[in-house]
Order: sequence, then C-alpha cells, then structure tokens
Amino acid sequence: MTSLTSEEPMRTDFTNRLKQHGGLVALAVILIFNILVTPNFLQAQTLAVNISQVATIAIVAMGMTLVIATGGIDLSVGAVMALSGALAPLIFLSDFGTTYPVLGLLAALFFPLVAALVCGLFNGAIVAVLKVQPIIATLILFISGRGIAQVLTNGNLQTFSNPEFSYLGTGKILGFPFQGWLAIAIACLLFWLVNRTIFGRYLLAIGGNERAAKLSGGPVRRVKIGAYVICSVLSGLAGLIVVAINSASDAARNGNLMELDAIAAAVVGGALLQGGKAPIFGAILGAVIIQLVKYTLLANGVEDEVALIAKAVIILAAVYIQQARKE
Amino acid sequence: MLDQNAFDLRKYISRNPQSVAVWIALIVLIAFGLMRYDNFGSAYNITSFLNYNAMFIAISVGMCFVILTGGIDLSVGSVAAFTSVVAAYLSPYGIEVAMPLAILSGVAFGLFNAICIVYLRIPPFITTLATMLGAKGGSLVISGAQTISVDWGSNFTKLGMEKAFDVVPWTIVLVAILVVALWIVLEMTSIGRTILAVGGGEDASVMMGLKVNRAKIFAYALSGGCAGLAGVFLASGFGAGQPLEGVGWELSAIASVVVGGTLLTGGLGSIPATVAGALLLGLVFNILNFENGKGWISFSAYWQMVIRGAFLFAVILFQTRVMNRNTVVGQG
Repeated sequence: MTSLTSEEPMRTDFTNRLKQHGGLVALAVILIFNILVTPNFLQAQTLAVNISQVATIAIVAMGMTLVIATGGIDLSVGAVMALSGALAPLIFLSDFGTTYPVLGLLAALFFPLVAALVCGLFNGAIVAVLKVQPIIATLILFISGRGIAQVLTNGNLQTFSNPEFSYLGTGKILGFPFQGWLAIAIACLLFWLVNRTIFGRYLLAIGGNERAAKLSGGPVRRVKIGAYVICSVLSGLAGLIVVAINSASDAARNGNLMELDAIAAAVVGGALLQGGKAPIFGAILGAVIIQLVKYTLLANGVEDEVALIAKAVIILAAVYIQQARKE
Repeated sequence: MLDQNAFDLRKYISRNPQSVAVWIALIVLIAFGLMRYDNFGSAYNITSFLNYNAMFIAISVGMCFVILTGGIDLSVGSVAAFTSVVAAYLSPYGIEVAMPLAILSGVAFGLFNAICIVYLRIPPFITTLATMLGAKGGSLVISGAQTISVDWGSNFTKLGMEKAFDVVPWTIVLVAILVVALWIVLEMTSIGRTILAVGGGEDASVMMGLKVNRAKIFAYALSGGCAGLAGVFLASGFGAGQPLEGVGWELSAIASVVVGGTLLTGGLGSIPATVAGALLLGLVFNILNFENGKGWISFSAYWQMVIRGAFLFAVILFQTRVMNRNTVVGQG
C-alpha cells in the first residue's frame, strides 16, 4: 500500500498499521471477549462446531474472492449449492447407486461438481462473452438455479443414511472436522494459483485495469470465465458438505442467503469490490470473524435477529476502514 | 404537461433505444395472452394483476433512480418488510397516520444509505447490503418475528381492499400517481437531470458544478420511500405486517430496471420502461398461472422460477443482440 515517509509522525504509522491488520485486531478482540465472557468457549466441542460452520462459508467466500478480484460478483452461489446438494442424494439413492455403492458414491461426488462447473461456465460466458454486468448475469441462475434443484427433487426433503458420503461433513482428522482441513487445502491451492501462476497475475490485472490487461495480450475472457467456474465448483462442494452434515438435502434451504455471507466474508477479509485484490486467507479470516460474532451473540443469549444487525455493523465498519486506508 | 419529446415516439426511441426490447416483449406477451386465454383481458384479471404488482412497480421506479446514479439499492426488500410492520402497528390510528409514518421510516433507511455512500464513501453495494441485514433484523426485533395483523376497524384496510370511485383499487391509483410524478421529476426537474448527468459521468458533473451529492441523497431517500410505500401496500393487501416478506424483491426490482433497458452503470434509462419491465416480469407469472388453468401441463412453483430465470436470460440476450453490444447491458 502507501509507503510512509519518515517525516510522518509515529502516530499515523501506528494507526495505519492498525488499519492494515484491522481484521486480525477484530479477531483478537472477539477471541479475548469470548474467553473472558462466553461459558465453555475454550472447549474442543465449541471449536469443532465453529470450524464446521465456518468451513462452508470460507470455501464459498474464497471462490467469491476470485470473482470479486475480476471486478465481478456472483449472486448464484447459494443456488448452485442447492443444485449440487440436490443431485448427490439423487445419484447415490438411485438404482445404480444402491447396486454399485462405490461407483454410486464417486458419481455422487463427481456429477454435482460437474453441474456446478456448468453453472460457472454459464455465468462466466454471459459475463465475459456477452459482456452483461455480473450482477445481472448471475441473477439468472440466482432465480432459476434453486428452481431447477426443486424441480429435480419435486421440492421434497431427501433424507438418507450414507456414512461414507457423510464423512464429507462429519468426519474428523486429528480431532478437527474434515471440511476444516479441506478449506485449508483449498486456501493453499488458491493462494498458489493467485500468487504464483499466470492465471493469477491476469486475474489481478483484470480487476486493476481490464482494458490494460486486454491490450497487453492477456486472455481476459478465459481468466474471467475461469474465476466464475472456480467459484461455482467451490459452491457446489460447499453444497455437498452442507448435505453431508445434515444427512438430508433440502433444496429450499441449502445455501439460502449464502451469497450475502460469502460477499460479506470476502469484503471483511479485504477484497475490494472494484477488483484487483484477491486476499484468499483474508476470506477465511472474514468468514471466521462473521461466524464468531454470530456465535458470541447466540452463546450469550442475544437473539438471532439482533445478530443480523451486528453483522451489518461489522460489514460497514470493515469496509469503512478499508476505504479510509485507500485514501 | 411533460416536455413534448416524451410523447413523440420517434424521439422517445432515439433517446431510449435500449428500452425498445421491453416494449416489444410486453406487447407480444399481452397479445399472446389475449389470444390464448378467455379471461386474460377481463377487468378482474387486469385489476388483480396490477394490484398485486403495485408493490414491485413502486420499488422498481425507486430503484431506477438509484441505478441511474450508478448505484444500487439491495435494501428495498427488507425495508418494505420493515415498513409493513410499522404500518400494521400504526394501522389503528388510521391511514392518515400509518401511511406517512411508514413511508417516512423507509425514507430514514434511504437517508442512512445515502450518508454512508456519499459522506463515508462506502460502496453502494456494501452499504445497502448491510442495511438489508439491519432492516431485516430490525423488523424481526420489533415484530418478534410474528406477522402483525392490521386493525380491521380502521380505514387503513381501505387502501388494499376498496376501489376509488368504485372503479380502480386505491393501490393502483396511488402507484399510477407515483409513476407519473417520478417520470416528471426525472425528465423535467433539475434534480432529475442531475441524476441522469451523474450516471453519465460523475467527475464531469462535479466539475460542471452540479449538486451531485444532493442528487444522490435524493435518489436513495426516494428509493427508501418507495420501499416504504411498497410496505404499506404489503400490509394493506395482505391484512398484516410481514417481517419475513421481501426476500429477493431487490433482485426483482433490479431485473425490472435492467429489462426496461436502464444501464446499470447509470446515465441512461426511463421510468415508463422500468414500469414496463416490472409488468413484463409479472406477466410471465400471470401467463403461467393461466397455462396451469388450461390443464395441459401444470407448471409447479419450481418450474415458474426456472422459466422466470430463462425469460430474464432471453430478454438480456435480446437486448445485447438487437442493440450495439457494448452500450446496452455491457460494461462499456
């Protein structure tokens, strides 16, 4: 960011640093508050609950961060979650799935992600080829994606018992939820993609200045479509995780309002809506902060509704601090 | 009454080329409905259709002003839910108290948005997203997450149930007045012209000495007020304040504005075309309901969502193909 000259007083230096790491400071404050006030906060059980909650938001938020880095936005993530989440049980509960359990399980992991990938291609193509505004382009699937999921399932709640599939949502490695590890693995992969590959370089360049990126010969279309595809596939994965946690798939509720959580997490984590920045670990930080605030309020007897207002305040404060930092 | 250009078809088209698609689509759909269904043109269908869609028209025209400034208002659905609760609580005092105060509470949300956007420089998308959450939380808190029934003894229910001069429901009269008034404001007043100029180029407008901040504040406050009116319609039409309603309304409104040919980047658009866009999206539902009544195939609510999305896609495709690609819904 802005380099400080030596003439500037120490105070500015300190406030600037504080602003640079506002997210971490906020996290520390929430953690200290919880350790002091919230009963049973420092227990493995609490940690596991929070990690499994935060992992789905973080996975979607990381994909959203890539899309936001191109200057776009993806409103369809919740609908894509519903779609992939509806497909998985349909596949492993089908005749094929029950006759060949292993193949059925693999298919139930594979085809929902393919469906999500197709959704991403659709979004990306409308944005990059037809040059429709991202918010409108992804509005199409936002409206109809959940509808497709409900048509497929007739709007029914699908319940199942499939321990292998449920491992995705309830399994543990070294005592931590499986999806937590998955989120960290994805974060490392995306961090590498953004910072060490040509794809990542162009991703940031497009957000910074699309025309310049194009004139310098960058594959602007492909990179943009790629961002939407990654975002969609990660949403599809999150949809599978939610279904696995619940051992049930409800197309009406799976991923409902997830686009808001994901955008909020990405923005709190430092993504700029005009593009050009892709703080992958910031998205995780944002998801953690949002989840922890929700948990703090609920664990201390504050109602769900008030938690919404708190979330609103956090988002505004986070972005205001970012904005101040830029100027 | 208006400046003459608004009524000269050729000039209207040359000034709003992007809105031609919506008028064609609307005419085609109405002609299709009239030919295929017996009761499509009945007074009953027309009034109940307009009555139901009045809420969406109100928030869409408000949204149009915001989008024309190059902004966006995601809070309108939640604000409408909030004001429907306010209106329901105040309904015992009669419509003359409940309606203005409910609308004012919507304006207050709009002013909050405007302050964050204009003075704190928080992007509209984020500001109004936060307001959406805040208004939703607020309406759930004040209502205890319950629907609040409207006082049937008061004259508040008149609005949704009774007809003006025994002809047209009051809701439709009010929304028609709103539309005409906003059309005049946008086309004929200095603040309307400033709003168009801001969307066309904010920096240039500032340099020309236009009151850009005032125009933006006006647009957001207006959008909040329109959402407030939609909340009043909601409470009076359903006889209850509905804190859980309004989900996705902002996106319907944005869709109406865009289908009406208004550029999301601002600067180009019209109020009548926005109304046409809202009517068009509503008409898709109306026609699907008639189709269900025919009994051939029945479109479940789920299919309706799919078809609605496909329809939005078709209109967007049509706009990008018919018009110059980069100037229609493009990012320019």
